[in-house]
Amino acid sequence: MASTAALARGGLRLAARAPILANPLNLVALALIAVFAFCALFAPLIAPYDPLLQDLGSRLMPPSPAHWLGTDSLGRDIASRILYGARISLIIGVVVVASAGVFGTVVGLVAGYAGGLVDEALMRLTEVFLAFPALILAMAIAGALGPSLSNAIIAIAAVTWAVYARLTRGQILSVRRREFVEAARAIGASWVRILWQHLLPNVLAPLMIQASFDLGSAIIAAAGLSFIGFGAQPPTPEWGVMISEGRNYINTQPWLSLFPGLAILLAVGSFNLLGDGLRDAFDPRLSRAER
Amino acid sequence: MRFLGFLTRRIVGIAAVMVGVSIITFAISHVIPADPTAAALGDHATDQQIAAFRSEYHLDRPLPEQYLTYVVGLVHGDLGRSIRTRRPVADDLFDSFPATIELSLAALIVAIVVGIPAGVWSAISRGRLPDHLVRLVSLVGGSIPVFWLGLIVIGLFYYKLGWFPGGGRIDNFVTPPTTRTGLYVLDSLLAGDLEALRSSVLHLVLPALTLGYFSTAVIARMTRSSMLEVLGQDYMRTARAKGLQERLVVLRHGLRNALIPTVTILGLTFGSLLSGAVLTETIFSWPGLGRYATAAAIALDFPAVLGVTLLAAIVYPLANLVVDVAYFWLDPRTQHG
Repeated sequence: MASTAALARGGLRLAARAPILANPLNLVALALIAVFAFCALFAPLIAPYDPLLQDLGSRLMPPSPAHWLGTDSLGRDIASRILYGARISLIIGVVVVASAGVFGTVVGLVAGYAGGLVDEALMRLTEVFLAFPALILAMAIAGALGPSLSNAIIAIAAVTWAVYARLTRGQILSVRRREFVEAARAIGASWVRILWQHLLPNVLAPLMIQASFDLGSAIIAAAGLSFIGFGAQPPTPEWGVMISEGRNYINTQPWLSLFPGLAILLAVGSFNLLGDGLRDAFDPRLSRAER
Repeated sequence: MRFLGFLTRRIVGIAAVMVGVSIITFAISHVIPADPTAAALGDHATDQQIAAFRSEYHLDRPLPEQYLTYVVGLVHGDLGRSIRTRRPVADDLFDSFPATIELSLAALIVAIVVGIPAGVWSAISRGRLPDHLVRLVSLVGGSIPVFWLGLIVIGLFYYKLGWFPGGGRIDNFVTPPTTRTGLYVLDSLLAGDLEALRSSVLHLVLPALTLGYFSTAVIARMTRSSMLEVLGQDYMRTARAKGLQERLVVLRHGLRNALIPTVTILGLTFGSLLSGAVLTETIFSWPGLGRYATAAAIALDFPAVLGVTLLAAIVYPLANLVVDVAYFWLDPRTQHG
């Protein structure tokens, strides 16, 4: 039993030994993500102003020593709002990826392991969700539930889980007839134990890569929904809301939209860079071609 | 015969997916906390007005019956009547879809014309400055919010430089071309209307570049990756050993083979362009499906939301079907596989 479990855990060990830190680009990505996470966690300590504090006497001020990134149309400090926005974006990314990832992975595990009619039914359902244009479905859900940040998260998770289901099922199909699974089945391991202890570790690497990309995608999608009014609502210091609020000032006070957009670009770019790095590290064949 | 069987299986599959899409969208737009009646009639509507509205949109019937009524209408090409515009949804879609198709096609052309050469350039300059440059620009393209890019592009090229219009499909003082396809650029060409052609092309540039940047990045990355695989193949060494010019080796032997995975993602890219078009159209006041969908979702106009979702959901598998059919004809191996 121990030996079969050890064989199954090979996937995880491979992931752990993958030369992630050998690539300097991965270090850059991890450093940027660390800064992002630091801002999100310690926003109340490092933000110079209250993100909701209005100061109409100093509205639309350009970047200055008093306000590093300027102020918006209500005199709120943009740098402080961006720091608090990091917190909201990180929560969106983590909640979307965790909920969609867990749900999709369970669906994929069950479909891949059970096979037959269960597999057919679950995969047809997955195909339906993959066919939806993500933003339009998210708009329909957010519109129906009412515009709010939490409904935007539900909407984005609803259009994200299907990718994990298909990915997991594909991986399961490639390993479910392997010796270590047959051995576990032969000694009477329950199907839950086989799925959890023997199959899941083998599919984690591609799921981690997908999760890294989806963290960025979720941040962009939530900002997009907020921008068109279906996500977070003013005065929440969310990056999409901030870009939307600066929209009418793009000609005269471009910093209102410029800096929140740069924050999204840096955050999403660092997750995408990490996703690239993980993919290269876990797949040496791809790595050779990419480098 | 193999082709017919393949085509039939794919079409049946698409039909099954569309049934699923219609059920889920119908459920979302009907089992909702928000009240479309209140959204449409306001808080001061009389009981008679509310009853008439609920009867007109079949909201007073059981949900399964509402769905069956909807599906029967759908089979006859009737997508219902929009609550917001009071017009048949099919007519609204017919009016707004060509604008989205024109924008998406222009963005796809940008992505192909820029993305493929960039990917090739990056691959043959592997590890050197052009390679790093293309990879950086691709990374940014994959990470940039399209609505923010649109704003920046408008600020720079419309407000500051004044090179391009900041929104709409054609200048107000120019008469739109006679509708044949609904694509202004094509219709202007067909009508020989140079004024309309100039205006519609200029209006198309900024939204197409904005929407196309993400797809350009995807195609450049894919082309680079597959070119690197192909460049190391034995037949490339053989071609060079025969004394062929490097340019010919890369283009004739390398690119032709490297393009196969790129063609595959073109179908996927076209599907994702439609989602991106929602935000791009909002920024550029482009009167397409995206703006229509946004207005419909805000107004809880469920017949319109259903119509847009169904239309957009069928484009994605259809685009992939076109790619697969092209494959079937282009690559003999798929006919025997």
